[in-house]
Amino acid sequence: MKPARVLIVDDSSVMRKIVGRTLRQAGLEMQEVLEASNGSEALSVAREHPLDLILSDINMPMMDGLEFVRQLRCIEGAQNIPVVMITTEAGEGHVVQALSNGASGYIRKPFTPDQIKERVIPLLRG
Amino acid sequence: MDQTSNSDQQRVQIHLSVRAASPSFRAKAGASGEAQSTSRHGWREELEKATGEVFEIMLGTRLGNAIEGSPHIGADFTAMVGLAGSLCGVVGFRASSQSARRMAAKMLGLDDVGMGDSVLDAFGEICNMVAGSFKARIAGLADGCALSVPTVISGKDYALHSLANGERIEVIFSFEGNPFSVTLDLHN
Repeated sequence: MKPARVLIVDDSSVMRKIVGRTLRQAGLEMQEVLEASNGSEALSVAREHPLDLILSDINMPMMDGLEFVRQLRCIEGAQNIPVVMITTEAGEGHVVQALSNGASGYIRKPFTPDQIKERVIPLLRG
Repeated sequence: MDQTSNSDQQRVQIHLSVRAASPSFRAKAGASGEAQSTSRHGWREELEKATGEVFEIMLGTRLGNAIEGSPHIGADFTAMVGLAGSLCGVVGFRASSQSARRMAAKMLGLDDVGMGDSVLDAFGEICNMVAGSFKARIAGLADGCALSVPTVISGKDYALHSLANGERIEVIFSFEGNPFSVTLDLHN
């Protein structure tokens, strides 16, 4: 598996660092880690950079993660980027809404490196 | 949230009410007819478990049992996350600046983080995860209730008045020998 270009979207800079660290702990080799603090910023990053993986929070100001993933899927070339939602919102309705908007997976905070390994790494292997 | 200065006491008075939620979820939560359980039996235990889970997974710290009584917390950091939908209220998290700094450092896997924005950020996120973990444990709340983004207040010179005007559940734990408090203020 080639080193991945990853975008981490969360309004908390601490959570962005923790997600990045957890990806490394899970054994993911990363070529580049890009960050955005809301969905609107993340869309700009996704338009300008080729990406292999996106991990996104849901509850964010400006544009939340559900709207972000919905708009992302309309960007040419971004339809197949795996997007995993990492969020405190754990209800079945949220999961269904995230998946129907185009998310590839879902992880509830707090999360462990094992959960990242089990649910994120396989998406990169196709 | 409204903030007004009280000139007599020179203290900030913070009045809380919960209206906001994630933009995409706001309509859904408001439209949910899901009935909130009228029985709140066991909610204190679930708040304890939610807090313990967040500390164990994100900080690598196993909290002991909740402390009985009302020890002085000396809280100069307060985080709040609003609950809106089938349950309305506020989850609060209070600790001393020293504890907040240690929590942030543990969360980031560092020896120290200083007293910068990382402390406020980490403190708010802990409260956010406790609120999320709590509502995931209560039947009917996971989908019927949305969380606001966290708000963090630093400093001791304020009085907090919840407009929830309902039941309050408070759990006090010890973190590295210092007490901190987790509260759930519920609307009637």
